[in-house]
Amino acid sequence: MAAHTAVMSMSKILNPFWGGRLGHTVKVRLVIMYEMLILQPPPAKYGGRHTVTLIPGDGIGPELLNHVREVFRFSCVPVDFEVVHVNSALESEDDINDAITAIRRNGVALKGNIETKHTMAPSVKSRNNLLRTSLDLYANVMHCQSLPGVQTRHKNIDIMIIRENTEGEYSSLEHESVTGVVESLKIITRNNSLRIADYAFRLAREKGRKRVTAVHKANIMKLGDGLFLQCCREVASDYPDITFDSMIVDNTTMQLVSNPQQFDVMVMPNLYGNVVSNVCAGLVGGPGLVPGANYGRDYAVFETATRNTGKSIAQRNIANPTAMLLASCMMLDHLKLYGYASMIRNAILTTMNETRLHTADIGGQGTTSDVVQSIMRIIQSKGPLISEL
Amino acid sequence: AHLCDLIPSLQMQTVTLIPGDGIGPEISSAVVKIFEAAKAPVCWEERNVTAIKGPGGRWMIPPDAKESMDRSKIGLKGPLKTPIAAGHPSMNLLLRKTFDLYANVRPCISIEGYKTPYTDVNLVTIRENTEGEYSGIEHVIVEGVVQSIKLITEDASRRIAEYAFEYARNNQRSSVTAVHKANIMRMSDGLFLRKCREVAETYKDIKFTEMYLDTVCLNMVQDPTQFDVLVMPNLYGDILSDLCAGLIGGLGVTPSGNIGANGVAIFESVHGTAPDIAGLDLANPTALLLSAVMMLRHMGHHEHATRIQTACFDTIRDKKVLTGDLGGSSKCSEFTADICHRIQDLD
Repeated sequence: MAAHTAVMSMSKILNPFWGGRLGHTVKVRLVIMYEMLILQPPPAKYGGRHTVTLIPGDGIGPELLNHVREVFRFSCVPVDFEVVHVNSALESEDDINDAITAIRRNGVALKGNIETKHTMAPSVKSRNNLLRTSLDLYANVMHCQSLPGVQTRHKNIDIMIIRENTEGEYSSLEHESVTGVVESLKIITRNNSLRIADYAFRLAREKGRKRVTAVHKANIMKLGDGLFLQCCREVASDYPDITFDSMIVDNTTMQLVSNPQQFDVMVMPNLYGNVVSNVCAGLVGGPGLVPGANYGRDYAVFETATRNTGKSIAQRNIANPTAMLLASCMMLDHLKLYGYASMIRNAILTTMNETRLHTADIGGQGTTSDVVQSIMRIIQSKGPLISEL
Repeated sequence: AHLCDLIPSLQMQTVTLIPGDGIGPEISSAVVKIFEAAKAPVCWEERNVTAIKGPGGRWMIPPDAKESMDRSKIGLKGPLKTPIAAGHPSMNLLLRKTFDLYANVRPCISIEGYKTPYTDVNLVTIRENTEGEYSGIEHVIVEGVVQSIKLITEDASRRIAEYAFEYARNNQRSSVTAVHKANIMRMSDGLFLRKCREVAETYKDIKFTEMYLDTVCLNMVQDPTQFDVLVMPNLYGDILSDLCAGLIGGLGVTPSGNIGANGVAIFESVHGTAPDIAGLDLANPTALLLSAVMMLRHMGHHEHATRIQTACFDTIRDKKVLTGDLGGSSKCSEFTADICHRIQDLD
């Protein structure tokens, strides 16, 4: 119904004279045009090729993103990268503002983690946090799945974690009212809590999940987390097909290390999301395996789930490229380039089964380039021909 | 006059025993029996802790409990229930405020007989217990916007850091790691970190490292053997100490100690009151027993502590008389009796 009225008003705008008297086929074409304008990701520019912002970041970011570009070039993926460098050593925010402008322009980004030197003054805020809040990327989504080729203590884990990404403890509002006494504000708002809960339930329904668990500490932070929990309950009542329950965060971590298979979808405020997502990443094999995505209403930024800079392993060819490559596949899915996404993803998962190619973080001795070469070899031999895509 | 003072030649030390609610009384009497069998130089003074309204309308613990604890300086406490909507704050909070229990210490050591996916865990979490995210200061700014205040002070941070390094030195631990999120909470966790660094300067024999909370969580579930002593503010401590308890088998087997100003120390079991099995002789006294062992070590009675701990671990490893939560079907009294026999055999 809404689409119909929208079509009618659009037809009046597009053709003021013929507005009310358009034939049926013209109306259908207008509906499709309307949908294409409003519901698709930013349109491909320059002859069917998408432009995506790339922020190399620090540590292992640059080398992993180079590998992503290598794989994309090899697979003829129609994506061009606009590289924006952010220098974490500088105090001015010009770099990060340029990056934010580039993401607003392109709509989609792939990034490495930008280091936060906390030896600098407190006014120099975390660049990653600035990016997330400026672009209002309110949902951080992480899908932790046990990979068959990787040895872990727990098997059959399949948890989706949806973490509020803009407020909570990460509001960066701190002050020292009296010398030696620092107050840090944790902000919880009804709007953002409703928004993230709605996102979680919609995603759960879309993926066919049965249960959503809210993680909180409302017994201690009665007003703050109490509000979050109340918002989750309100949204839950609109989704009777999905079970909703809640769990206190310390009990959650205890349950995760003893029985992680009980969890399905989890939704939580910012800091608990940080803890729980790192615990889950550790359970399925480590930071090198899990991709993460930050979604806002208008923009999407993809990165590794645990956001590590990895300074100690930078430029030694030992970092695990899996997480970043899987994040780039998530990006391709977002751009609706599903064929390319599944081709690269299958190649990555096949390589994962090969134990001798495992990098050091999952107990092997392979190098980053070995893994990437293997992925490209599999793409070459098993991938569909370009003409079929 | 108290029994311990009447017979000074026995050199017994008074300990205030708070049995608690639910399964509290039965596990407390189990611990008392085991201590008797081990001939530990401890004289128990039982007190009950309920919230009463003192002069001026403020809630407080009964004066005889406070007097006993102030005299003995050492306490052992079972689980206390927190009734909802009783009008008074939780008993644990009252105790914490009364004795200024600023450090919560939880040693997490893998129990040989109780299999979990994690073996060789041997770490200690030391959590600041008075401020941080749990200050309880919250406001509704406007309808739909709530602010919770996290308070970090120089004094409390210095106090907990000093305790952590002292503990490491007294217990032959080689390193202390400060857990923080100073990349996001620059001023508050930055202050905590600065104080830890300052105290580390005076303890050159102990290695000091700093690690982000998320990195600790990530590494903890992959390889907990890399950690030794961890010191952190209140919220991170809450989450991490329960995470570590989960690694070794849960709250039913984890000991815990609270250190206060003025030399007071209260050791407790951190599980709940389990009202569904109260009075049925089915409870597992391990958590309270291990906390009592921690207490003995704190008092300097290392020999007795080791003997009781060995007997307890041997019983669990033997798997013949395990209580329900450990996977067996024996009674609490049978479990306790087995430990007592082993202690007497060890003599």
